[in-house]
Amino acid sequence: MKREETVNHFVEAARNDFSVVEKNLAGVIQEIKISEKQKLNYIEEFNSADVLRQLSLLRSSKYKGKLFGVPITVKDAICVKGVESKAGSKILRGYKPVFDAGVIERAKTEGAIILAKTTQDEFGFGTFATHTVKVPKNPFDNERSCGGSSGGAAGFTAFTKNYHIAIGESTGGSIACPASFCGAVGFTPTYGLVSRFGLIDFANSLDKIGSIGKNVEDASLLLSVIAGGDERDSTSLQNGFTIEDYPIKKMAVVKDFFEGCDDEVKKVVEKKIDELKKFYVIEEVSLPLNVKYALSAYYVIATCEASTNLAKLSGLRYGVQGVVEGKHFDDYFSEIRSREFSDEAKRRIILGTFARMSGYRDAYYLKAMRVRTKLINEFNLAFKNYDLLLFPTMPTVAPRFDEIEKLSPLANFAMDLCTVPANLAGLPHLSVNSGFLKSLPVGLTAVAPHLAEKRLYSFGKVVGE
Amino acid sequence: MVSVEVTKDLIQRVAKNARLKLTDEELEKFVPQIKEIILDAFNKLDSVDAKEEPSFQPVKISNRFRADEPKKGLSLEDALKNASVSLREGAYFKGPKVL
Repeated sequence: MKREETVNHFVEAARNDFSVVEKNLAGVIQEIKISEKQKLNYIEEFNSADVLRQLSLLRSSKYKGKLFGVPITVKDAICVKGVESKAGSKILRGYKPVFDAGVIERAKTEGAIILAKTTQDEFGFGTFATHTVKVPKNPFDNERSCGGSSGGAAGFTAFTKNYHIAIGESTGGSIACPASFCGAVGFTPTYGLVSRFGLIDFANSLDKIGSIGKNVEDASLLLSVIAGGDERDSTSLQNGFTIEDYPIKKMAVVKDFFEGCDDEVKKVVEKKIDELKKFYVIEEVSLPLNVKYALSAYYVIATCEASTNLAKLSGLRYGVQGVVEGKHFDDYFSEIRSREFSDEAKRRIILGTFARMSGYRDAYYLKAMRVRTKLINEFNLAFKNYDLLLFPTMPTVAPRFDEIEKLSPLANFAMDLCTVPANLAGLPHLSVNSGFLKSLPVGLTAVAPHLAEKRLYSFGKVVGE
Repeated sequence: MVSVEVTKDLIQRVAKNARLKLTDEELEKFVPQIKEIILDAFNKLDSVDAKEEPSFQPVKISNRFRADEPKKGLSLEDALKNASVSLREGAYFKGPKVL
């Protein structure tokens, strides 16, 4: 990658000449307008007056931070003060948070311009960003999905020709999957590295806010800004992330993860891995327990946690509200919830409520938590011998919308085969482009041990070159 | 071994607990889908011998407490800001009746 293509280069120029910021911002705003006109659906909410107000504040700012003048888009699930934030759902229509999420505060402190909210599956429930009203279209082929759930984030990252970085969020693969389908770089950090304060949550023990950029430098820069402890999130870790090189010695491909992938996708990834053998020792490893049980454990945990999280959405205090006069609370809550949640949200709420019911809780929820320990141990054993583990991010290239419609909910879950294990184990991972299959991007994922984000940065740099 | 029969009745009961009213069409659609997920995905966990301690979080997190000093919370105005006008009364949220 060329230095001129990185946001770091832009920030250096912007610090000396504010017109660089203005020109770039005008460029991305123009692109938002074009993408909306073409119904590419990357943007959920854009307020030009608010963006221009931020620009004018920045002009007189003495501190020129790490993201000085950089337009940042934000996945809809992350709260931005005064900007409608609804996690792609209907039930939160009209909700304008009265505070910024922790990551937004950090980005603003470093001089970022909070540009727009990006489209996603409702509450992150999906692999293709199709479970929402505004479905983003893949910039490489508009008949195809951007991937999900952070679909708008990756789609716009690939679409823009200007400097920009996206804040995404992953529960089971929602950063890596769209990054793979859109040819972008998706950086999902260790669970707890980035504060979840102000995130409209899907599953507390799985949600991770991360970054999507055109290259590993950009994705790492944003991650280095948003990482760090936050006393408002009780699961937040005190560690930060500093961009530094790490001497990677040995890696392994996870051969079991290749087995469920399309042959053509496998070939693209294998070719890239062969090229990388010039720089690294790359061997093979097997993670049989993860392949067999990660999806099951993940879907039990994710639906259980989602069903409790969504219980608070009941048509009171914020979001969609109705008339309460003459209604019993049970009827009022049920009416709003039944009308505003999509099929996918209803299915997941029912699954999660079922798995937590008395008589089933130990067999499903508690068992899934025990299995998770087993699966983390299996990863940790592999990390005794290898710095990083590699495999295709997704088993296919971006599917067409008509293909997605034919998938049953279970077949849909199976698409997350490769992305779920690292997410379930809270392990940091990076999805980078490894090549193209008939002009559609194919992603390669590297997974590192907890808090070893530096290895991913170093690896991403080599792949990018 | 968890033995569970996924029937319309069960799904209806679970939905009610979750404060969802399902239409007949929704029930028709959801029951087979949910059955497939429970039988094929959830029940797979039965066959794992897992005596490990549960990982309620994927990384070890110990309780951390902030200093016990008073801090300002949301102002009344901010707290009420997102409530619709009809569901606001003075300094309170107005909700449906409970009894």
